[in-house]
Amino acid sequence: MKKLVVSVLSIVWAVLSFYPVLYMLFESLRTQQTYLTGTPWLPPTRIYLGNFSSVLEEGFFRYFLNSIIVAVLTLIILLLCAVLGSYAFVRMKSKGTERVFTLFLSGLAIPVQAAIIPLYAIVEKMGLYNTLWAIILPSAAFALPLSILILVNFVRDIPTELYEAMILEGVGEWGLLLRLTIPLARPAVTAVVIYNFVQVWNNFLFPLVMTESPNLQTLPLALEHFQGQYTMNVPAILASVLLSAVPLIAAYIVARRQLLAGLTAGFSR
Amino acid sequence: MTRGVLRIIFIAPSVILFSIFGLLPMLGAVLLSLTNWNGLNAPKFVGVTNWVTFAHDPQAWHSLVLTLEVMGLTWVIQTPLSVAIGMFLAGRSKYREILSIFYFLPLLFSSVAIAIVWSYILDPNFGLLNELLTKVGLGRLALDWLGSPSVVLWTVVAIVSWQYIPFHSLLYQSGRRQIPNSLYEAAIIDGANELQRFVYITVPQLKYTFITSTTLMLTGSLTFFDLIYILTNGGPDNASNVLAVNMYDTAFSKQQMGYGSVMAVVIALMGIVLSLMLTRFTGFTRMESQQQGVA
Repeated sequence: MKKLVVSVLSIVWAVLSFYPVLYMLFESLRTQQTYLTGTPWLPPTRIYLGNFSSVLEEGFFRYFLNSIIVAVLTLIILLLCAVLGSYAFVRMKSKGTERVFTLFLSGLAIPVQAAIIPLYAIVEKMGLYNTLWAIILPSAAFALPLSILILVNFVRDIPTELYEAMILEGVGEWGLLLRLTIPLARPAVTAVVIYNFVQVWNNFLFPLVMTESPNLQTLPLALEHFQGQYTMNVPAILASVLLSAVPLIAAYIVARRQLLAGLTAGFSR
Repeated sequence: MTRGVLRIIFIAPSVILFSIFGLLPMLGAVLLSLTNWNGLNAPKFVGVTNWVTFAHDPQAWHSLVLTLEVMGLTWVIQTPLSVAIGMFLAGRSKYREILSIFYFLPLLFSSVAIAIVWSYILDPNFGLLNELLTKVGLGRLALDWLGSPSVVLWTVVAIVSWQYIPFHSLLYQSGRRQIPNSLYEAAIIDGANELQRFVYITVPQLKYTFITSTTLMLTGSLTFFDLIYILTNGGPDNASNVLAVNMYDTAFSKQQMGYGSVMAVVIALMGIVLSLMLTRFTGFTRMESQQQGVA
């Protein structure tokens, strides 16, 4: 009896989680006409790929490329800063570094929303408004606290004996960092990359506030504009929504475990 | 190169980046809240005028109360469901493994994507939900989900839960899997039934997960901007105009950057207070629960 209830509930929840996604797929494969007349909960009787091709013709690649540029540059800057910083916080401790580390931890508490107005002012003053840098630099900065926390927690567990052995061989700090810390901290680095890629890829507020040119739009902002522009062509809008999630869907298919582990890395003990 | 110089070289990039784009804006928000800046002219110092306005602005208070409502409701709905799903998924079987593939799908979509999809599902004319309800004879339940002021808050809470329960289930799943099996085996030998094992082993052992998840839920609910902005833009009749949406509207649509900054600082203060509570709690529970595992 109990087993039956659990089974039924578990399937109900699966349907609830999955059905909106399936619905999106169904609708994106309909023509605009059959969207209005067809049965919305069933798959389309004839598969129509026109929505996807028209979305791709509407400059989708441009937005996709913008999102890629923003994500890649953010991650490069973030990793450069966070890896060097974490190494220093663990291996080159001093009173000063401890204070700076506490400062970063306090940064965990700052919601991006709370800083967006002055951030806009700063970006404007620096002449970065309406450039992709206006998204990249704040994204990297706000990703730093959690990324440093993940890395420090991991680097801290690398046994001192390993460092001592290499120091005896005359390896310097740079050598230790490049040949010992980074290779051993690979899982933490992967988690940082995954977590922040997802955050940056899905970020809406920074592009919304920091850019105005249509050709600088990243995907979330472009989706919102699509929706405003083609109010009536729902299948095309849903096709663009699906296309915007392709990298994450692909990652989910190829490396589900790693993707999920990356998303929670900063929050499990 | 001395060690001291190298240390500075290693730490400087993080500190510079975070100072300019993290700390400076935070202080800036406080300063701007004391000005009448409109985004164009030079900001003029006006003292606590904006703060007084905030205190007397019924709309601002409404937004504050709404934010707290969303915070409370999303927590109350998400927590039991996330715990239940997390416990279910922690059990290792092929069946659960396959179901989990479906459970985590919402994690792949941005808030923007989720808002757009749900806005069509909930559309009063062509929407999936109302057509389904009518079809199965529950037409009376076919509401104007996003257009009715008395319903919209619940709709937002439901969509937020749909979006974030997978994440929190994941936390509880990994939390449950980290509890040593020996604890359960010992309890079984002592004759504890399933409920007792849950109450006396699982619940105390999940304290840290519970606090983490709770804090993320509470602080996260301060920042539901994207979803609500696209679903309703705070409407209808301000019924979903939470503080984050109100702040964006005040600062960037009405060009009242000074007054918007007051709301930003209020959001930040709420976030900081909640986070302090988190670190306070986790500081000791973390050690405590690890010791429990060992003992």
